[in-house]
Order: sequence, then C-alpha cells, then structure tokens
Amino acid sequence: MKHILYTAIISLLIFSSCKKDNTNEYNSNNKGELSIEFDNIVGGENLALNTGSYTNSSGETYKITTLKYFISNISLGKADGTTYTVPQNDSYFLIEEGNEDADHASIEVPEGEYKTLTFMVGIDSLRNTKDVSERTGALDPAGTANGMYWGWNSGYIFFKIEGTSTASTADGNMFMYHIGGFGGYSSSTINNIKTVTLNLEPGGTPKVHQGKETNIHLMVDIAKLFDNKSHISIAEHAAVMFDAYSTTIADNYATMFRHDHTEN
Amino acid sequence: MIIQKTNVMTRKYWLSIIILISVIYACNKDAITERFAGFQIPANFPEPAYHFSTNEITQNKFELGRKLFYDPLLSRNSTISCGSCHIQTSAFSHHGHNVSHGIDDKLGTRNAPAIMNLAWYNSFMWDGGVFDLDLQPVAPLTNHVEMDETMENVLKKLKASADYPSLFNKAFGEQGITTAAVLKALSQFMLMCVSSNAKYDSVKRGEGKAFTEEEQNGYKIFQHKCNSCHTEPLFTDNSFRNNGLTPTALDDKGRQLVTLNDQDAYTFKVPSLRNLGYTAPYMHDGRFYTLDAALEHYNSKVQQSATLDPLLKKETIPGIRLTDEEKKYLLAFLKTLDDPSFLKDKKLSEQ
Repeated sequence: MKHILYTAIISLLIFSSCKKDNTNEYNSNNKGELSIEFDNIVGGENLALNTGSYTNSSGETYKITTLKYFISNISLGKADGTTYTVPQNDSYFLIEEGNEDADHASIEVPEGEYKTLTFMVGIDSLRNTKDVSERTGALDPAGTANGMYWGWNSGYIFFKIEGTSTASTADGNMFMYHIGGFGGYSSSTINNIKTVTLNLEPGGTPKVHQGKETNIHLMVDIAKLFDNKSHISIAEHAAVMFDAYSTTIADNYATMFRHDHTEN
Repeated sequence: MIIQKTNVMTRKYWLSIIILISVIYACNKDAITERFAGFQIPANFPEPAYHFSTNEITQNKFELGRKLFYDPLLSRNSTISCGSCHIQTSAFSHHGHNVSHGIDDKLGTRNAPAIMNLAWYNSFMWDGGVFDLDLQPVAPLTNHVEMDETMENVLKKLKASADYPSLFNKAFGEQGITTAAVLKALSQFMLMCVSSNAKYDSVKRGEGKAFTEEEQNGYKIFQHKCNSCHTEPLFTDNSFRNNGLTPTALDDKGRQLVTLNDQDAYTFKVPSLRNLGYTAPYMHDGRFYTLDAALEHYNSKVQQSATLDPLLKKETIPGIRLTDEEKKYLLAFLKTLDDPSFLKDKKLSEQ
C-alpha cells in the first residue's frame, strides 16, 4: 500500500513537472539562441584537413584540403505540427572546415521544443537571381562567398571540396568538386539545391529558452559523398564542376547529415 | 603718392572682381549646357530591359562607374582595365583581336563583344551565362586570363585608395565601398553606352536624312534575309543560335556550357550589327576579319549539324544565298549602322 502511495506521489510529481515543462515554461513571444553545429567527419574519424588520409569504397586514398558548403532556409518543426521558419535574410550560412567561426549556423527561434530540423544545402533559386544589393553577408562574393560564386555562369557554388588523391591523374593529383546549379534563369538546367530534414527526437530534442544557448550537434559524414546512392571514383571523376555528373555527387552529399545529439 | 597707389590698387581690385564674376558666370553657363542628361531612350528604340528601379542613374554614380571602367587597379597586377579590351574607338570592342589578350598577355577563347545598348539586353556574354548586367563585371574581373582578381581584393584596393572612398561616399552615401556599389556604378557606365545616332537612326526618326538607292536596296534585302535574327532596331533578337560555323580544335560548345542542354550545343548569342564597321573581327571567336567573309559564310559555308538554326535550313544547301550584287547592297546598308558619334562621345571617354 505504501509502495502504491509512493509511486502515485512520484508519478504525480513527474507528471506535473513534465506538464510544467511543456506548457508553462515556454513563451513563444520570447526568442532563444539556437546553434546548429556541422561537425565534419569521414566515416568513424574526425575530419583532419590536409593531414587525414581516407579511403573510399573504390579503394582510392584521398586527403581533403578544402571543404565549404552553404546551409540556408532553415526551419524547425514542433510536435504540434507547427513550423518556425527563420527569416530568410538571417538564414544563409557558409560552413567551412578549419574555420572555427564557420562550423555552425546561429539563429534565434521562439522558445519551445523542436522535433525536426529542415535546411537547404545550397542557395535557393530566388536568391540566386536577386538584385546584387541583396547579396550581403554570407552571400557577398567579395566577402564570405569569395570563391563560392561563378561569375561566368551567374550562380553560387553550393558545395566545394578539394583535395589530393593518388587516384587522380590531374595536375598535382588534385581532385575538386564544385557543385552548384539552381535550375537556370531563362533556360532550365541542373538543379542541385537539396533540402534535408532531420528527426531530432532520437538524438534529443532542443528545448529553446530565452537567455540560454541550445546546440544541435550534427555529424556530416564526407565518406557518404563518395559512397552512398552512387559510388564516385576519383580516378574517373577528378574534377566535377558545372557538369551533368554533379547531380550524382549532390544526390550523395544530401544524405551525409545526421543528428548526433543536442546540448540543451 | 600714397593716395595714387591706393587708387591703382582699388582699380586692380575691382578689375579682379569683374574678371572673377565673368569666369564664374562662364563656368555656370558651361555647366548648364553640359548638364548631365541621364539615361534617355532614343525615340526609335523600345523600352529597355534593365531594372533601373534598383539602380537609378545619377551623375555621381555614372562618373564613378566610368572611372572604375578605365582603372587598371581592378586587375590583379594593375595592368588591365575594362577599357583595355573594350575600346571606345572600336565601339567598346577589341578591334583587330580575334580573341582578347588579358593579364600577362594570356589569351581568352572568345572575341570581346562591343559594349553598346546593353540596357536592352536580357543576357550577357556569348553564351548568355550572365543574366543581370550588375553581375556581369564579376566574370572578367575574376577570370584568370582576363583580370584575374577577386572581388574581395578589388574592394580592399578601392578602400585603400586616396580618391575612391570619397567618390563612393558622394555617389552611394553611407553604404560606401561595397560589392553592390562597385557593380552598380559599373552598370551605370555601361548603360550609358547608348549608340543610336547611326545614319539608319536618322532615317528612321525622320531627321532629314534618306538612304541612298544602294542602301535602300540593301535594307530591303536585310529585312528579307537577316532581320529575323538581327532584329531592328537593336539588330539582335537576343536569342542563341548555331549559325553553322565549323567548330575549331577548341570545340567551344557555346550556350551548352551554361544550360548543359544538348540542343544548345554550338549556339551563341546573336550579336548586334550596329557599329560593324568598327568591331572587326566577327563571330564569337573572331574568325572573320572582314564583312565580306562573314557574308560569304552565310552564302556558301554554313555547316550542317544537329543544332544548326532552322532558319538556315530552309534551302537544300544550308545557309542564305546572296548574289554578289545583293552582298554589295547589304554592305552599303550595314554601313548605315555605324555611329561615329558614339566613338567620339567625350562623356564615355577616359577623363
């Protein structure tokens, strides 16, 4: 009997505290800081720029010297089915391996618990065609986007990886994949804009409060760039830029994002 | 003595004031007659395609754009300016060069096109890879065989210069030296490069000139055989077409590089025929040095291929048949598209 009473009291406490957590504590008029960390790895290893040596399933060993990609148009879904979309002007980020200031996207979102995270890898087609005065911050070709913009074929490079591999017969055994293509302005062409949605529940949902920082820690597995839907051989494709084959690479890298954990 | 001296000095003083006033008056008069007229649409031209709503033409912005256009500072080693390959006396093309030599005398793969009437264009470059005039300068600025510079460095150099910060301030206010300001100023200069005072224009606008009989005959042939692509009054329909040139060893596939669509292979932007007399050599790779050679291409050398323009496939042998007499008349007409005033317009010259 005592046991039952204890259980009942504890259950009641837990229940009431849960309830409190879910409804009373969040004020959606307040905003809290949320960061999304992009932790680049290769298989089971942390990515080490210039020094790390990795092997793909084609048996080709490679090193990575440059890795940059755009993340944009971030939105977060709540359990009740509502979605918070980050204002677009605040939603463009260049992630750059080796640059501590550029390993995450910092946003402000209303207080709440979020269950899904959605973002684009790349830049939406509209922004690719917008007036140059609206290409500031991460999108400024003279600033953050330096080297991530094609002048000859107006448009952003969404994803850029460069490195060396003994499998490459190019100068200096280089390999380079510069992937872009927003679908074309007046004539349609390749569209490599990828939208990724991750379920945050298994790894822990972010609980955002004003005055508190919450971090969603993602693992970005570059091994999947080479081996996923397709197997990409460096020997066969040492340099891929604005080319039909780029869609194969983009299809692969769209699946390399995984939610690992959340730091609340 | 002293009084006399004072009198002389007073007289000198008054004289100086009178001279000064007349100088100021003369200056003012000059300023009035040479007042900046802004962008004007010629009476025989359609509405422009450019988005002036986001880049209203002002004298300060235009003059800043002109200074940038002629400034080699924009290239990696300060040797090449936009004006190096786009020369006013050649209607802002690179006369005499099939392809242009840029930085370190490196050669490009295509002929530098004339900068004229760009306000009416909806795409730029031979392959149309650039769809907004404001984004156009990024291509030559960053191309390794043209100016080989980064936009980042361009801004750095401009910010560090003695005169640009105040000029940008004057033109763009607090915004200062930004990517957008540099590109919009360059657009202003290019937009002002309007060529609309050829004999053809005077005839069309009824300004008292008339075509000679030869020119009139040529005009009729032109309207019948050329106008569907080189459409009046801009003498281009802004489309991309394969005009049957035999690919060279370089195998430049033109617009296909931009769209990745096989149907666009070997198509290039239809160039305007205005100022042909100053813009030789012709075609995307500058392979024809004379207009005779260009006309002869259409008469007898058009190469059959999968993407050859349908308008060149109307006859059993592809091309456009032209007799020697027709060619003579056509050449007479094409000369009426030359606009010498455009080449001499001081407003567009390096100051």
